Amino acid sequence: MNDVVACTRAEFARLRKWPAFWIVLGTWIALNLVFAYLFNYLAYTSGSSSRMSNGQPREVLLQLMLPAAVPEVFTQGMAMFGGALMLVLGALVVGSGYGWGSWKTVFTQGPSRRAVVGGTVVSLMSVVVGLVGAAFVVDTGVAAMIGAAEHRTPTLPTAAHTLLGLATGVVILGMWTLAGALIAAIARGPALAVGLGLVWVLVVENLLRGVASIFSPVRALTDHLPGTAAGSAAGAMRTVGGTATPGVLDILSRPASFVVLAVYIAVFACGTVALMVRRDMA
Amino acid sequence: MNRSNADPAGEFPGTVTQTRASATEVVVTESLTKKYGDHTAVDAVSMTVRRGEIYGFLGPNGAGKTTTLRMLVGLIAPTSGTATVLGLNPGERESLRRIGVLIEGPGFYPYLSGRDNLRVLARYHLTERTAGSRPRDRFAEVDEILARVGLADRAGDRFRTYSLGMKQRLGVGAALLGNPDLLILDEPTNGLDPAGMAEMRELVTGLAADGHTVVLSSHLLSEVQEICDRVGVISGGKLLTESTVSQLRGAATLLVRAEPMEKAYPAVRRVVGEHRALPTAAGIRVDAGRAMAPEVARAVIASGADLLELRTDEKSLEEVFFEMTKQEHR
Repeated sequence: MNDVVACTRAEFARLRKWPAFWIVLGTWIALNLVFAYLFNYLAYTSGSSSRMSNGQPREVLLQLMLPAAVPEVFTQGMAMFGGALMLVLGALVVGSGYGWGSWKTVFTQGPSRRAVVGGTVVSLMSVVVGLVGAAFVVDTGVAAMIGAAEHRTPTLPTAAHTLLGLATGVVILGMWTLAGALIAAIARGPALAVGLGLVWVLVVENLLRGVASIFSPVRALTDHLPGTAAGSAAGAMRTVGGTATPGVLDILSRPASFVVLAVYIAVFACGTVALMVRRDMA
Repeated sequence: MNRSNADPAGEFPGTVTQTRASATEVVVTESLTKKYGDHTAVDAVSMTVRRGEIYGFLGPNGAGKTTTLRMLVGLIAPTSGTATVLGLNPGERESLRRIGVLIEGPGFYPYLSGRDNLRVLARYHLTERTAGSRPRDRFAEVDEILARVGLADRAGDRFRTYSLGMKQRLGVGAALLGNPDLLILDEPTNGLDPAGMAEMRELVTGLAADGHTVVLSSHLLSEVQEICDRVGVISGGKLLTESTVSQLRGAATLLVRAEPMEKAYPAVRRVVGEHRALPTAAGIRVDAGRAMAPEVARAVIASGADLLELRTDEKSLEEVFFEMTKQEHR
């Protein structure tokens, strides 16, 4: 166990100085702000109609930009660009070591491979927790500024709703991050992993769900795909009707989506560790 | 320091036997084999490395050197055969903690400085020894190592800006973390200029003098000849021989050039024995060591011939290597 802690610290020590790491996380926060607040606020302040483009009344749109709605709003982007970006991060963290030869170096330092890769998995999940927390704080700050600008009484989300939102964020982004890590371990590099992963997240799952709508026997499968579970978990956070954010679904219930995501997290984490422990490091 | 005639195990006549008591086997392989599909990269290699020696693992590119070394540190699993390193299974935690490794070029994080790369590795490497110690103390070793491998001045520069030689030095530096008992260095002089190669040789012999056992693979025969105590010659995945450098090169002979040969040759034969002198185009080759030289010289002069040249004639490791690999490929 001490070895895993030491390996996690070592992984953090190198991640925090990696520009690509901060670029991916920064992009995630920026896109989250752009799609959750910037465009909506611009539409709210410049729109003349009583209903906005998504069919919501202006007042509802404003409610979604206030602090009380942060747990709901900040999870909506996770099913689409958020998941894709975190998959890229996972693929880069695990895959780059093959190209640089750093896995080979680290695997001969002393701790077992299980501890080293376990440390990487733990550090990735810690990054996810940190990112979700940071996004929540940033979003709450921006929402508070919007509330102040619109002269609304600041109302924070309830603790239960906050925890639910944070947990939803962690399981969605954690699943995609570890999916990227596993694909990179399989591909032994970041490039193929990023390419295949993005094609899966952005294209293949949507196509499969399209197939399921005309060929019901595959529905049992498509209802439990990673993207379906992630979209459903995000969808379960919604409190208003109307057009959902792309990727946000209502196929699975919250408990069912959490169970499916937890299974994927366990499978991806164990798969990454098992693969890197057993396979030759050529 | 030329260690080529040393014999740490004291097995051979005329060598120091003092080291026999401390001589233990650090690396032992038995029929170690690695196959990739139908291709046998390493074919039943049985080798032994003894404590305190510099063992040269010699072979052309693609001979199986790196694959063998990878198996010794657990990076790849053998198809068959066994290996023990420091009495433990390759890749085992306790074994790895006592080994310093540089295999097939240095592998570091390109965006980190040389110092930060070693600090990250130190976090992996020193989990128990330095548990509870302050980072300042834990990383003191890193700065010492950077100075030792000649990178102190560029320690703060990013790894990606290093020359190949500097990268190689950092790789050796990483191998020194934790003061390991055994160093496994795969082609450590790759990419180094002549001065860098000389410094690397000095570093390796210094490490051996400090009590480290060194396994050094190379295709540079002069390098191996100069610093290694024993060598294993591998070609086509097979270990062709394993012995001391001096034994591999064979006993020294004397070469006598004299005129006229008709007078000199019988005189030399009388001194060294009928079957130990052979007339060749280059002169009379005498199967005898340097100690016989004065006697041979006196005999030639006494015979009335003119002694033009008298020198010891030793095969280089390169000649031996090519003879062996040529036989192997026939």
